[in-house]
Parts: sequence; structure tokens; C-alpha cells
Amino acid sequence: MAEALKVPTMAEYMAEGKKPEVLFWVGCAGSFDDRAKKITKAFVKLLHEAGVDFAVLGTEESCTGDPAKRSGNEFLFQMQAATNIEVLNGYEIEKVVTACPHCFNTIKNEYPALGGNYEVMHHTQFLKSLLNEGKLKVEGGKFKGKRITFHDPCYLGRANGEYEAPRDLLRKLEVELVEMRKCKSNGLCCGAGGGQMFKEPEPGNKDVNIERTEQAMEVKPEVIAAGCPFCNTMMTDGVKDKNKEDSVEVMDVAELIANAHDL
Amino acid sequence: MQIIAQVLFLVALVAGIGFFIRNIRRLVRNIKLGREVDRTDNNGERFAKMARIAFGQSKMVKKPVSGFLHVIVYVGFVIINIEVLEIIIDGLFGTHRILSFMGGFYDVLIASFEVLALLVLIGVIVFWIRRNVLNIYRFLSRELKGWPKNDANYILYFEMVLMILFLVMNATDYQLQLNGAPHYASEAGITGAFPISQFLLPIFDGMSNATLIIIERAAWWLHILGILFFLNYLYYSKHLHILLAFPNVYFSKLRPQGEMNNLQSVTDEVKLMMDPDADPFAAPPEEEEGAEPEKFGASDVFDLNQVQLLNSYTCTECGRCTAECPANQTGKKLSPRKIMMDTRDRVEEVGEIINKKGKYEDNGKQLLDDFILREELWACTTCNACVEACPVGIDPLSIILDMRRYLVMEESAAPNELAIAMTNIENNGAPWPYNQQDRLNWAKEN
Ligand code: SF4
Ligand code: SF4
Repeated sequence: MAEALKVPTMAEYMAEGKKPEVLFWVGCAGSFDDRAKKITKAFVKLLHEAGVDFAVLGTEESCTGDPAKRSGNEFLFQMQAATNIEVLNGYEIEKVVTACPHCFNTIKNEYPALGGNYEVMHHTQFLKSLLNEGKLKVEGGKFKGKRITFHDPCYLGRANGEYEAPRDLLRKLEVELVEMRKCKSNGLCCGAGGGQMFKEPEPGNKDVNIERTEQAMEVKPEVIAAGCPFCNTMMTDGVKDKNKEDSVEVMDVAELIANAHDL
Repeated sequence: MQIIAQVLFLVALVAGIGFFIRNIRRLVRNIKLGREVDRTDNNGERFAKMARIAFGQSKMVKKPVSGFLHVIVYVGFVIINIEVLEIIIDGLFGTHRILSFMGGFYDVLIASFEVLALLVLIGVIVFWIRRNVLNIYRFLSRELKGWPKNDANYILYFEMVLMILFLVMNATDYQLQLNGAPHYASEAGITGAFPISQFLLPIFDGMSNATLIIIERAAWWLHILGILFFLNYLYYSKHLHILLAFPNVYFSKLRPQGEMNNLQSVTDEVKLMMDPDADPFAAPPEEEEGAEPEKFGASDVFDLNQVQLLNSYTCTECGRCTAECPANQTGKKLSPRKIMMDTRDRVEEVGEIINKKGKYEDNGKQLLDDFILREELWACTTCNACVEACPVGIDPLSIILDMRRYLVMEESAAPNELAIAMTNIENNGAPWPYNQQDRLNWAKEN
């Protein structure tokens, strides 16, 4: 068994009278969902690899309130926001990185008006900046030459206009990047947003994740790359539904980078 | 005789414009039924966006075929309407082609109008075929049955007729000039250039000047009356977008699409609840006697804001939003276009009541349930595809969100599983029933 990851918390930093460079906001999926936890760990490994001075909130972290807000429960959202902002401001956090586009969007766009002002980055943006600063080396590796398509998460892409950071990282892995018919600003949702993750879909003739998986299959990828734990789950389910789990993997960009070099 | 025509023309013009002004006032009054919203910031950026999206049609061309045709019809329509200026002056003063003093430039102008008229005609015919013959997904939805479909076709027929009248008017005018008919012919030679309508001349071969004048006058009159009619038809049609696209884009949201507004009323209450110094037994903050507490979210058009109502009047019913909507593509009832059409239908219904009775009297209906179904609202993934797709800057998602807010905060009517997820968030800080104390367990697992 590999040794446990070293994951410092803000409380520990505080006790030592220190402040980390960046707070890693793990998010609910990243903390509790078995599939998403792997993404969290892969990202932590990359942070260590690049020597980033980071910490997490651990048990002091709570849901950003995104699913509540988008389901219409503005009360619950603002209660969550107020609690989180109090914690974040208490630790004088300046910079936040997260692997969840929903947390990213909420903290970046909706917390400022409620008193929470931070520099917020999606993990693909952060990894790209590490790369540019030369702290992280991403070159070829296990996935070199593999056919990979990237599924744009709505809350990273359309919602915040970031289409290139994840693609730039994939290019560094020297993969064969193929685009789906619907990509970037025209990308199709995986079906999880707006609270749909937590409920049965309304009556229709198909599930959204199946439609999206079919679009991905059209380009015959070996890997479907994702940048969101919810998209990851939806696409994984879609691939299983098509009985393709032996030939098509769904992986987060962070996992691809970490695995490429056997971290 | 001539003077009677001039008087009649004046009457038509005044009536046409008068009705138009009445319609616009009703429109403004109806939009003001909504809540106020401040979108007066960043004027520069707003102008730039309007220039790009409304004037420059930058989103239209994302679909190359319909985008290209639309640009032609749009440019053609705008430019040909310069000719209307001349028609109005001629009509009022009984002159013939008053602007022809511009000489060679006038010829270029008329020639280009003719070319554009032909292009518009072709564009409109292709539009008709797309809408009625080809099976294009976004033109087949249930919300397009009946009036919306007819409306779209009427306008196409209308533009065909207007363009044909314009060309016939020019052709007969040209023939009359060639014949040297008084009032038409000028000593300086032919006024105007007729690269397209000259091909119509054989039709009028051998007709007397008297017949030609009747045809020319009929085409002239029908053309200008048609335009005045069109101006007044707009209010009842999706074609209002030719006017409203501009203010609509101007007032559209500039913030990232993913940002959804924080409700100030909720912020105030949350502050009060979290404030350790607040006296829980204190009287509620000063409120006017009898003032209703502010309603959370929207169940009717009065709860929406003015930009959302403007959105509904601007909607062109093109369905680009619906074609991109993941819920709609997978057979759910939700169609963002229908959300916009329903909103407009409901504001119009309210407006009609005000027209009749002077003020709104409850007619037992509201936007929620009577127009927009809960099933539609709960199918949305908040993916913003509709917002991105809309060529005129409409935000159907904001209406969906406001209506969900009403359902959850006023009626506690969230679907059961969602209600459970929300209870989890409230109790243990995650949508799943895990303990907050276990949030870091992943770090110890391998
Ligand atoms: S935001 Fe909602 S209505 Fe708009 S396209 Fe996405 S799912 Fe459809
Ligand atoms: S909301 Fe926009 S995209 Fe949708 S039908 Fe109306 S104009 Fe077209």
C-alpha cells in the first residue's frame, strides 16, 4: 500500500503561524464521491510534484451552495456562502484553486457581492500556470498519440469562457486531440447541472448523458477527458451504458497528467 | 385630383404613424409592469456589444446558411427603406422622384436598391422553403403550431409582395419615362437606373400610358401602404425584434454567463440571522403599513424584471435556443423558446386587461402553471446553451431560475430528491448524507 498523501489543512498552517500560497477547495464531490476522490488525489500529487505551498480547509469546508442556488433555494445558498466566506476571510485567503467548475464559478462570480473576494482558478488553469512558470513538467508520457476528446464543462466553458487551458494541457501530453461535433461554446451539457445530479430526469426519450456520450463516441476516442467531477460521473455512466468501459476511459485532465508520468 | 391624392396620403401617413406610436406606448407600459433592474453601467461596453451582436449580427452567422440570408434580408430591408423617404416626400408634395437631383449618385442608389430587392426576394423565398418544406428541427416544435407559424409565413409573403411591388413600380415608371409621358419623363433623360426591373418591361409591352400610370400608381400606393401596415403589424408579431434587438442587446447581462444574481432581500435576511448582535425579538425593520413582504422568485410577469419582459417581446421565435437545449434534445417538455413565448403571451394578456379596464384585474391566471409548467422548469440543467445561442441576447435561463426560486422558497415545491439534497446541504454541508467531519477522509484512504 502506498503511503498516505500529505494534505495540510489551514488549521495546521494557522497553528504554525503560516499562510499557504493557495487554498485547494476540494468540494463535496471531490471529498465524498469515490470516483471524484481519485481526481482530488491526482491533483494533490501534482501540487506536491510542483512544490506548491497549499492547504485545504478539511472539515471546515462546506458546500458552496451551487446546487441549492440553481435549484432555486437562494436562502440556503446564501447561508452556505456566508458561512464559507466567514471561514475563508478568517484565514485571510487570497487565492483559491478547485477541481470543480461549479465551486469555481460560485466562488469566483457569486461570492464577491457577498463579501468574499479571492483570486479563483480552475485546476486546469492553475496547472497551466505551473507549467508556464516551469514548476511542473508535462511532456508526452503514457498517453502520447492516444485519441482523446475533451468534454467542456458548462460552468468552465460557456459560463466562464475558459476553453483553452484544459486543451493546452492535453496538447502538452502530445495526445491526438479530437473535437466533438458540439464543443467549446456549443458544447452539450452532460446533464448534471442545475441540481439534475441529485434527481431523476424529467420524462423524455433519452438521458442527456447518453446523448452526450454518443456525441463523444462519434469521434472514436480512447479517452474522454473531463474537467468536472459531475461530468466525469455522467460520462462514465454513459460509457457503461454503451458497454464501452473496456475500450473508452473517462478521466480528468489532472488524472491524465498525473498518470502520464506514473505519479 | 392630384391634391386629393396628396391629402389621402397625408391621412394614411398620420394614421399609420399614430397607431404605431400608440402600440409603442403600450409596449413600454407593459414592460414597465416588471420590476426595475439597473443596467445603466458600462455604457461603452454595452454599445460595443450592441454594435457587434445587434447591428453586426455576429451571432446570426454562427449558422452560416440562415445567417447569410438573414444578413441580406436585413441589409436589404434597411437600405431599401431609404427609398421610403423619397416616396413620402413625393406623396406629400406630388413630386416625381424628388431625390433625382443627385444625378449619377441617384442612379447608383436606385440601381443598388433594385439589386437588393432581388436578393431579398430570393432570401425570403429560401426562408419560406426552409420553414415549410425542409424538416428543420427548430421549426417543428409544438410551440410553433398555429399563430407563430402563420405569423412567420405572413411576413415572408409580405416581404415578397413588397419587393415585387417595388420592382413593378420601377419598371412601369421606367417604361413611362421611355414613352415620354408627362410628369414622369424629364428633359435631362432617364432618372434612375433599373438593372433588375428593366427585365420586366416585356410584360408591359404595348400598354397605353394611361394603363401604365394606373399600374405604377397602384404599385406605388400598395408599397407605401404596405410599409405602414407592416409598421403596425410588428407589435403583434415576432418581428418586433427588428426594433427591439438593439435595446435588448444593450441591456443584456455583461457578467459571466455562469453568474446568477444574488437576491438582495435574501442577503438582508441572512445578515440578520447571522448577526450575533441582532435582537431576535426586535420589531421587523421599518416597513410601510400594509406593504406586502417581498415575494421571492417569480410566479407571474409582475415578479420578473423589465429586461426579462423586454426579452420576451424581442424573441424572434427562431428556436436556436431550443435546438441547443440538452433537455429539449432529449425529449423533455422544456423549450427555452417556449419560456419566452409564454412570458410574452402572459404580458400581452395582462396588457389587454389594462387596455379594457384601465388597470389589471386578476383573471385567475398567472405565468406559472397556466403558461409555463413545473415539469418544464425542473428539466433545466442551467447549462447556458440557450443564452449562448440566442442571436439577440435573450436570457431564458434567468426566467427559469426566478420561477424555481418561487417554487422552492414560496411553495417548498422542489422535487422530492432535490429537497433531500438541500436538506443534506443544510444539515451536513454536502448534497449527500455524509458527515462534515469526514470531509478529509479521502486524504487517509488509499
Ligand atoms: S440553460 Fe436550461 S433551458 Fe437553457 S439550454 Fe440549458 S437546459 Fe435548456
Ligand atoms: S430566445 Fe433567442 S434563440 Fe430563443 S427563440 Fe427567442 S430569439 Fe431565438
